[in-house]
Amino acid sequence: MLSHDFGAGFADPVRDAQAVFRAILDALANPGTPQNLPAIDTEMGRLGSITLTLTDHDTAIWLSPALDTEAVRGFVGFHTGASIVADPAKATFAFVARGDALPDFARCNLGTQEYPDRSTTIVAEMSALSGGPTLVLRGPGIRDTHEISPMGLPGDFVAQWRENRELFPRGVDLLLVAEGRVIGLPRSTRIVEA
Amino acid sequence: MNAVANYNFAYLDEQTKRMIRRAILKAVAIPGYQVPFSSREMPMPYGWGTGGVQVTASIIGPDDVLKVIDQGADDTTNAVSIRAFFAKVAQVATTTHTAEATIIQTRHRIPERKLEAGQILVYQVPIPEPLRFLEPRETETRKMHALEEYGLMHVKLYEDIARHGRIATTYAYPVKVEGRYVMDPSPTPKFDNPKMHRSEALQLFGAGREHRIYAVPPHTDVVSLDFEDHPFEIQHFEQPCALCGAEGVYLDEVILDDRGGHMYVCSDTDHCEERRDAGFVGVLGMQEAAE
Repeated sequence: MLSHDFGAGFADPVRDAQAVFRAILDALANPGTPQNLPAIDTEMGRLGSITLTLTDHDTAIWLSPALDTEAVRGFVGFHTGASIVADPAKATFAFVARGDALPDFARCNLGTQEYPDRSTTIVAEMSALSGGPTLVLRGPGIRDTHEISPMGLPGDFVAQWRENRELFPRGVDLLLVAEGRVIGLPRSTRIVEA
Repeated sequence: MNAVANYNFAYLDEQTKRMIRRAILKAVAIPGYQVPFSSREMPMPYGWGTGGVQVTASIIGPDDVLKVIDQGADDTTNAVSIRAFFAKVAQVATTTHTAEATIIQTRHRIPERKLEAGQILVYQVPIPEPLRFLEPRETETRKMHALEEYGLMHVKLYEDIARHGRIATTYAYPVKVEGRYVMDPSPTPKFDNPKMHRSEALQLFGAGREHRIYAVPPHTDVVSLDFEDHPFEIQHFEQPCALCGAEGVYLDEVILDDRGGHMYVCSDTDHCEERRDAGFVGVLGMQEAAE
């Protein structure tokens, strides 16, 4: 039987998208500082508010295994029209559910030296934004240093991120979501273990 | 029934806003890199700030307070009409006070008052490519940015010195962002370049005709290009503002009569008004008060 229930989108698409976008903008402009996401839960949890804000028929989406369900595909297709791709190298955005592994950064689209903007943005749900190993951030948007301790990053995250940073201006950008908040880690940020 | 269709909030349709928002996020992630975007036709001519207006329209929300300046002034045609535009299509509060604004759209100047964390400065940019007058081909300038090949820009500044004895560029003075991209700070007087360096505010640049958006996040190094023996210098003024007596601010020359009479006043009208309200008086301000 064909289901017509794709889950609710934004109640007020214009205002809600603006509020979510400003949270993401502040997150990437101030790496490591958590920004409140408006309390809008969707078929994809809080990740879905970012999906609704940034994706449409011009973007390709990669879904982590736990997200790659009929319900989520229906939600994405109905509300955004974004195409879903199996290869993260073809994705504008990669969405990762809590507990799923992040795609290797090197397997994502890293952009080119001429067009570094044509890269993948990874949006990953964490178990928590604190309680994990402490990471020290440095770079644009940070006065001196900033410490974060998200729980749920892969064990080789710091090494992978170092390689990602060395590719600058190429590379992926990262949004970490948990507890109704979002942390931005743009490719310009340098990260070391505390 | 209301027969007149309303504009979407902030004029642009949602699909356009999403496209611009994605470009802005990439611009913030790669400070100084010019992100191509699909610029729309706006209800004003190119050269009147269509790029800045599209950036502002994509970020502004109902709780924002908008200030718009043309050079430093809140009360000139371009500033007044853009402020009225957003008051109409986004119903946002507007202000002339720098401290009250959450978004400041500017055609070329940075307010004298230090910007604070949380404020966003949106620049209207005519020609975003700093290398354009040295190399007209986009394919070539793109490659030069990709390879970080900026020798040509230094040659240009050196030729200034050879010809004039000093670097003669006074506005749109090229800067290097976070040690990587050479960026056009828009035709802001070089007086304002140091204010971009490690600013607390987020700076977004929109070039409508040229279809480019770029950004400088807060606390980011913005260094004006120079030479060891010819260091970067800003303009200095020999007299204070004639109305408020301010020193160390950017001044405009105002012609007073046809016999060569002139005065220098603050380019930043809000800064000047606040000082005069606080009791500061310049040379000509005193005469006015005595009349």
